[in-house]
Amino acid sequence: MSSLLFDQSIAYDITRPPAAAAPLSLDSLPAGVTARVLNVNGMGAVARRLMEMGVVPGAPVRVIKAAPLGDPIEVRVRNYHLAVRRSEAQTISVVISDR
Amino acid sequence: MSTTLESPSRLSEQATVESAARPLTVALAGNPNAGKTSLFNALTGLRQKVANYPGVTVERKEGVWPLAPELPHARLIDLPGLYSLDAASIDEQIARDVLTGKVAGTPAPDVIVAAVDATNLERNLYLVTQLLEMGRPLVIALTMVDLAEGDGLEIDEKKLSDALGVPVVAVVARQRRGIEELARAVVVAAEEPAPGTNWCLSARAEEEITNLSGAGGRETALRDLYADEWPSEEKRREAVRQARERLSQGNPRWWQEPLTARYGWIEEVATGVVRGAKQGRQRTSATERIDALVTHKFFGPIILLLVMLLVFQTIFSWATLPMDLIDKSFGALADTLRGRMPAGLLTDLLADGVIAGVGGVLVFLPQILLLFFFISLLEDSGYMARAAFLMDRLMRGVGLHGKAFMPLLSSFACAIPGIMATRTIENPKDRLATIMIAPFMSCSARLPVYTLMIAAFFSERKLFGFISVGALIILSMYLLGIVVAIIVGWILKHTILKAPPPPLVLELPPYRVPNFVNVAQQMRSRSWLFVKRAGTVILAISILLWALATFPRATTSPQAGADQTIAQSAQGNGAEASTQAVQQGNGEAPGGVDKGEQVRQSFAGQLGRLIEPAIAPLGFDWKMGIGLIASFAARETLVSTLSIVYNVGADGKEDSPSLIEAVRDAKRPDGTPAWTPLVAVSMMVFFVLACQCMSTLAVVRRETNSWRWPIFMLGYMFVLAYVASFLTYQGGRLLGLS
Ligand SMILES: Nc1nc2c(ncn2[C@@H]2O[C@H](COP(=O)(O)OP(=O)(O)O)[C@@H](O)[C@H]2O)c(=O)[nH]1
Repeated sequence: MSSLLFDQSIAYDITRPPAAAAPLSLDSLPAGVTARVLNVNGMGAVARRLMEMGVVPGAPVRVIKAAPLGDPIEVRVRNYHLAVRRSEAQTISVVISDR
Repeated sequence: MSTTLESPSRLSEQATVESAARPLTVALAGNPNAGKTSLFNALTGLRQKVANYPGVTVERKEGVWPLAPELPHARLIDLPGLYSLDAASIDEQIARDVLTGKVAGTPAPDVIVAAVDATNLERNLYLVTQLLEMGRPLVIALTMVDLAEGDGLEIDEKKLSDALGVPVVAVVARQRRGIEELARAVVVAAEEPAPGTNWCLSARAEEEITNLSGAGGRETALRDLYADEWPSEEKRREAVRQARERLSQGNPRWWQEPLTARYGWIEEVATGVVRGAKQGRQRTSATERIDALVTHKFFGPIILLLVMLLVFQTIFSWATLPMDLIDKSFGALADTLRGRMPAGLLTDLLADGVIAGVGGVLVFLPQILLLFFFISLLEDSGYMARAAFLMDRLMRGVGLHGKAFMPLLSSFACAIPGIMATRTIENPKDRLATIMIAPFMSCSARLPVYTLMIAAFFSERKLFGFISVGALIILSMYLLGIVVAIIVGWILKHTILKAPPPPLVLELPPYRVPNFVNVAQQMRSRSWLFVKRAGTVILAISILLWALATFPRATTSPQAGADQTIAQSAQGNGAEASTQAVQQGNGEAPGGVDKGEQVRQSFAGQLGRLIEPAIAPLGFDWKMGIGLIASFAARETLVSTLSIVYNVGADGKEDSPSLIEAVRDAKRPDGTPAWTPLVAVSMMVFFVLACQCMSTLAVVRRETNSWRWPIFMLGYMFVLAYVASFLTYQGGRLLGLS
């Protein structure tokens, strides 16, 4: 995991085809599309809690839907459902995976 | 299922014999919603007791687990549900302290049983990795296997046990499946520490850990290096600081390493163990189908509204009958006592102070039980998390958490269960802010007061010929409470309870059929906590109120037994109190000192006069002052007190014609009416905002574990009520209203 790069602008993992590797933040991931977590960029207790809940680099995630007022969003991760605010989702970068 | 027991290394005769000699202490740990409560109830039956951990409000549940007929019973400690041992909330901190034997009065457990949800294996195993790292005897109870099987998910318990190095027992609490096997596994495991895990970190991090693991070993080094808090010892702290510095230079996300490594290890374990898992998308679960409607953009809020309506409708229509019953029986009990005992102060104290006091506590029970019933039902089924999901955006506007929604809503029926339900809010500041504004929600105890005021002054009025002014006023009172709560919440969150907007990382658990044993158990234990703790405070205060209204004795021919006091009615059983008063007044003391006279001459009456100058600007006279003083015990007391003060007797109900007449006819010394519509509105405003409920204060005291917060609550709400009432009355007069 430490081999993955910190700066998003150059976050290309050379083992991936470039098209699939374009990272985006979890809150801009369209609903229903499966992606993999690239990085958790936050700091402190929230980032730690997210990772403890299984949102670690490599984990598959899928946005299910947003709450009626647009925030928070419901995310499926590791076979269960998690609600996070958009502000927290922004700190998670993901890459769309085809599976 | 019994795989673990067949492995010879674990089932040594000797181990069984040795552990049989002493009673075991077993701790039950697990993620929230992992089925821990169901398992705990199945293991202990009704042999459990609930208390709080010393100094904090975390619920401490302990039970007796009869392991096997020939063995001594084990102590089973139910830990709070937790996702990780890295303490993010008080719950998690307590759980860690219990596991390491740092909590006074709770020995370090001999065995830890971890409830692991088979349908959500990977995330549940995260806590297990941490438990394994502790190196203490551990047994995995694999829950929800029936659901996993239904999902076509097959978990190889033997393989899982081999991979983790600890026994794994599949259980289904409701069917009592696997209970005996679990007991046997625990007895055997008591003699065997868990083997630990074998994930490792990058070379650089491992090097730092080796450097740091002196006497404490690898586990201590890991914790010191990666935990949020710093080690307490000076030299060690410096060493850790330097190590963190070096690591962060190499990789800014160095702190994520153990988390990622643990999940890496978990994935490895899980892939070999789970069969038939069609990961992800193929399976649209029942939960997803239900959520398509329940958290739908449009239907979601409507369903939430309907659920809430149903809850309130039920509470208001079902609770009245038992409440009346409790009222009546305590009235009857007091009567019986009076009949049996010689008239005198002692009888008065017992009847009006003690019995009325106990009745005053118990009269809340039907509502509280019903609310707890619905709260546990909504929690157990998984709906509660959806409500938080739907409401989070709105709640955040006030700086609160989505989880504050339910407690605040419950407070419209009664603030007490609402305040107790704030326990699910992790951040202590958010929780406090929620507790502090909960009493602004117009609870059912305010309704009698609103009803009396409306009936006396606004009942016939209509706006535009069809909108009832009374209904409009009641609605405004509810809105006033909500608006003030929002403002106060915002202010608190930006001043003394300042904290960044609480993050929301909320699991939306699968919908499940609630377990009614759990629900009943929770109703029982929570209400008992209320009765026990709040009860003692309320009893003390009602005796004090009784004394205030009884002494000094009225001067003209005091007739013990005929002297009715407001303390008796101070408990919300107004109808009975005054009926009884009149009966006795008529029967025993014609021409003697009536109860009204006694109250007027008592300390309470003197206090009423004493505060008259202070409350005059609100439009209140000293008789209302007596009512106000009494109503600080409980709001609805105003009605019964007024009927005593005005000598109405007959029926102290808020819609009794005589009381309404008396209120309309009451005069000031100068002959002007004491009550006007403006005074009535001012009174209602005061009742919306003042914290006139000692049960609430007692519960806040209990939940915050200090007198500071309840006193603060009483104080600031009183000031608000005074100011708002003042503005209402004086502003109204300026506008020429009366
Ligand atoms: N089908 C099934 N449901 C279960 C099982 N264990 C618990 N539940 C249900 O799962 C929900 C959460 O269980 P609970 O014991 O409250 O979990 P806790 O939050 O860990 O205490 C409840 O609705 C239970 O009725 C099980 O083994 N099988």
